[in-house]
Amino acid sequence: MLIMENGKRIQVFFFGKLSEIAGAATTLSNLHNTDELIQHLHTQFPALANEKFAVAVNKQTIHTNTELPDNCTVALLPPFSGG
Amino acid sequence: MKEQELYQERYHRQLILKGFGDAAQQRLLAANVLVVGAGGLGCPVLQYLAAAGVGHIGIVDDDVVSLNNLHRQVLYNVQMIGQPKAICAAKVLQQLNPNITCTIHHERLTNHNAANIISGYDIVIDGTDNFASRYLINDACVLLEKPLIFGAIAQYEGQVAVFNVSLNNTPATNYRDLFPLPPKPGEVLNCAEAGVLGVLPAIIGGFMANEAIKLIAGIGQTLSNQLLTYNALNSQTYEINISPQSATRQLIPATLHALMQTDYDSFCNATFAIEEIDAAQFNDLLHNDAISIVDVREKDEWPLVTQFSHLHIPLAQLMQHTAWLTAPTIVIFCLSGIRSAQAAMQLTNHFGSAKKILSVKGGIQAWMQLQTQATS
Repeated sequence: MLIMENGKRIQVFFFGKLSEIAGAATTLSNLHNTDELIQHLHTQFPALANEKFAVAVNKQTIHTNTELPDNCTVALLPPFSGG
Repeated sequence: MKEQELYQERYHRQLILKGFGDAAQQRLLAANVLVVGAGGLGCPVLQYLAAAGVGHIGIVDDDVVSLNNLHRQVLYNVQMIGQPKAICAAKVLQQLNPNITCTIHHERLTNHNAANIISGYDIVIDGTDNFASRYLINDACVLLEKPLIFGAIAQYEGQVAVFNVSLNNTPATNYRDLFPLPPKPGEVLNCAEAGVLGVLPAIIGGFMANEAIKLIAGIGQTLSNQLLTYNALNSQTYEINISPQSATRQLIPATLHALMQTDYDSFCNATFAIEEIDAAQFNDLLHNDAISIVDVREKDEWPLVTQFSHLHIPLAQLMQHTAWLTAPTIVIFCLSGIRSAQAAMQLTNHFGSAKKILSVKGGIQAWMQLQTQATS
């Protein structure tokens, strides 16, 4: 029987300036909620700490700490002002 | 040709379009749309709305045409350099479609004139290039209950959304549901600093014009409560659904009168005056029940503080946990006083005069040093 040791596969997408810091996408595992995820990303990419962004889990914006379902996608979107 | 024949001829390809036809065309001709900013996004928006027959278009812009605009602001030409964009744009649109009328607002949209200008229109399109204007337009449209079509670009990417339009009985969302507060200067690059691919505003402006036409004509589905992101380098789009946020309404001025008294330029561009205390003053405030002390460093950051009770909310999550801050005075510290100053700025903006917000100058380092001095 196959046992998934690294459950909670999370695909993270970075937009705009954030992709210059963290790349366009990364896959993480073993993170249970968005607070843990953001903390993990801040450790991995310290420059993210200075950035403002909205967070969407499975394409829905979140405003409080949110549990990450298995095989979810998380998008980090910074504001754009140019016109 | 008679008027009716000209109408049939000019709009023929739309009139024969299945699901569009005369009824949709009449709605376009009766529409009253305000386009704020006649730059990279505004040009394609204006051009396609005028071509499609949007009956009345207002153009707000206080800028003049420059040579470095021409790689993306396609309504203008070299003869127009130095002339006001709003006037040039109106002239070009009238030549393109004499059936429509244009109102020129050759001025900057400000907290003083926004409500007056916007209230004369049914739909607002934001093609501006700065956060002060974007937050002002958002707030004014929320207060005046005007549908707002939002578009913005940065380097190779663009965003499009439709705000203040409720869909299937869900509450309407606005820009502050996505980004409650404007970033500080330097946090976000603008076109002048970061550059922009000329065709990108045409694509995003095209999306915006399409949203406006759908909304007016009553066809298809608009991007209400959604944000679409487009990447010109890989041609990919990504859409997210925006959830309404209960705290948003408190960030928007309560009335049009309050809006008029909100200085969006300084709110977006200036650094807020924050109140700082030194390590000795901080020491005097410890163990006081009327004060919440907050560590805004990351979890497990050294040195660990166990000498006094405090809350621990990393800076990036602070604004999501403002409900935890119940004391009338909030004292914030970090390692050296930089992050706590940022936190104080955010909280001062959030709470206004309702709470006293203090940042510890020199951070926990300065306080530790003080303890060492006191015991030696």
